[in-house]
Amino acid sequence: MSFVSYLIAGIGLGSIYAIMALGYTMVYGIAKMLNFAHGDVIMIGSYVIFLAVGKANLNPYLSILLAMVFCTVLGVTIERIAYRPLRKAATLAVLITAIGMSYFLQNIALLLFGADTKSFPDVFGLPAIRFADGRLTIPGITILTIITCIVIIIGLELFINRTKQGQAMLAVSEDRGAATLMGVNVNSTIALTFAIGSALAAIAGVLFCARYQALNPYTGAIPGIKAFTAAVFGGIGSIPGAFIGGLLLGIIESLSSAYISSELANAIVFGVLVLVLLIRPTGILGKQIQEKV
Amino acid sequence: MKRSRKLIALCVVLAMVVMLFAACGSGNSGSKSGGDTFKIGGIGPTTGAAAIYGNAAKNGAQIAVDEINAAGGINGVQIEYQFEDDVHDPEKSVSAYNTLRDWGMQMMVGTVTTAPCVAVATQANADRLFMITPSASSTDVINAGDTCYQVCFTDPNQGKVSADYIKEHNLAQNVAVIYDSSDIYSSGLQQSFEAEAAAIGLNVVSSTAFTSDTNTDFSTQLQKAKDSNADLVFLPFYYTEASKVLQQANSMGYAPKFFGCDGLDGILGVEGFDTALAEGAMLLTPFAADAQDAATQSFVKQYQDKFGELPNQFAADAYDAVYILKAAIEKAGITPDMTPQDICEKIIETMATLSVDGLTGSGMTWDANGAVAKEPKAVAIQNGAYVAM
Repeated sequence: MSFVSYLIAGIGLGSIYAIMALGYTMVYGIAKMLNFAHGDVIMIGSYVIFLAVGKANLNPYLSILLAMVFCTVLGVTIERIAYRPLRKAATLAVLITAIGMSYFLQNIALLLFGADTKSFPDVFGLPAIRFADGRLTIPGITILTIITCIVIIIGLELFINRTKQGQAMLAVSEDRGAATLMGVNVNSTIALTFAIGSALAAIAGVLFCARYQALNPYTGAIPGIKAFTAAVFGGIGSIPGAFIGGLLLGIIESLSSAYISSELANAIVFGVLVLVLLIRPTGILGKQIQEKV
Repeated sequence: MKRSRKLIALCVVLAMVVMLFAACGSGNSGSKSGGDTFKIGGIGPTTGAAAIYGNAAKNGAQIAVDEINAAGGINGVQIEYQFEDDVHDPEKSVSAYNTLRDWGMQMMVGTVTTAPCVAVATQANADRLFMITPSASSTDVINAGDTCYQVCFTDPNQGKVSADYIKEHNLAQNVAVIYDSSDIYSSGLQQSFEAEAAAIGLNVVSSTAFTSDTNTDFSTQLQKAKDSNADLVFLPFYYTEASKVLQQANSMGYAPKFFGCDGLDGILGVEGFDTALAEGAMLLTPFAADAQDAATQSFVKQYQDKFGELPNQFAADAYDAVYILKAAIEKAGITPDMTPQDICEKIIETMATLSVDGLTGSGMTWDANGAVAKEPKAVAIQNGAYVAM
């Protein structure tokens, strides 16, 4: 029975990683850059909800919407100010800018909210489901997380394959130059990607914080790295890959901390990642793209 | 592209200017010429994850200093007291220490938390400056040199006393331990607790660790405790993590007794924390604000009048620390024109024979290493307040 609870805890955690990983994987697939500030957008979104629910007593679902709007604006602004000017610069310069942006957001949060951990309000208040005389208890938030994750993945797949903007994203990800020639507005497509990724960041933020009920300016940092790992795991640039990578990461982390060592859990997660990359250098679902010389 | 680059540059410059002013705001008012006052410095986290401790210690010491100054000072000499923030970070703590040295500090009450205190104690030992820490409880703190003394129990002592207390009061059959293996305070307590539990026949059924990188998800640790039928979970770490443990235990429908050490003190002050979750949790602490003796009541009243909240043990420890310094200064015949080095050697000589009655224990004495001997007390959380057992 305890195995099942570890497994479910792992799937719940993995679903959050998966939603976060979508932000990394979409931006990488389309803009070919690692947006290290993504984890911190998640943190900022959580603070918006913390203030809206805890201080302004707004309706929880309304405040999630507010946080999504806020993060969307933030994501697009970051892209416009920090990344777009560097579109033709070396990839290293963009990477450093992203790391700088990450520290910038963390320090803004430090300045505004202080470093102390806030107890995050239980915005959903879902009851836990109990089986077998309470020996197996599934927190309501875990179920909500898993469902949300599946809905988002299906929605994104439909969006990319069935709409014009989605097709434009695909085109830009495959060949930016050719897409421009075909009349796709590359800048607005990338901005749209950041908008979607950041709105998802707000959702991931609220799910993560509702699960762990603690929020500080560094909340986004470690989960952000894990989510990035999940994206690489599943094959960066691939949306189903982010889903599979996130779930696997969550399950491996939960089971290894349960049965091997809770201190070594992170080392094991990254060990498995190294193995996967040795066998499949592009990740589980990553596409092998031939470089033409 | 040029324009946006200028915009960024402008933002950076603005941010720098703002920081410059912020730094000015918190600066001190400058030091007076030395020789006519005792200069006591204090260091602790007044911001950051352990801010509740630092602020409590800062305020507690302030009350003691104000009392002493109002009553005419130590041997007629007034005390100057300055407190610096270290954000519970060893590097920042050492720079706070250097700031205080520049100010002319002769003795120190601090630092408040363990890891920074080890760093500062090493430095203070090299400089021969006497320091008494209200609450840094690791043996590493006093082992860093002979110039550092403690007001609180050492970790081995706390872990041992906790195990004894649980056994004596028959609080549990099966005990689970969750600890932070990346923190010396927590792992020190865990080791001495488990060693003592084995010695007295207390049944430890599960012992699981986390690290500072994995301190958000406690579900596997709690699940293991639950599976091994533990009816008491020992939490030897700080209140920030403890508040998450209590919330997650609640969401998985696990309700054992929780028992913590002095690090759990402060859990009721976490912003947004549902204090009902901590109902019934117990902690080992040398101080309870509801104690009936006159000294405690006078201290609690002054603290509430000045700072608008109930003092915790860190405030009481720091208050005692200032009075311990006063007793040592009086007994050793120290005058403010002496160098910090001379003061340090004289106080160390005196500490061996000193006995002080304070809020956190009567007849406190110290061994040559700097560890204190006094009686422990336990408090429980009832109706959102600490109540003496």
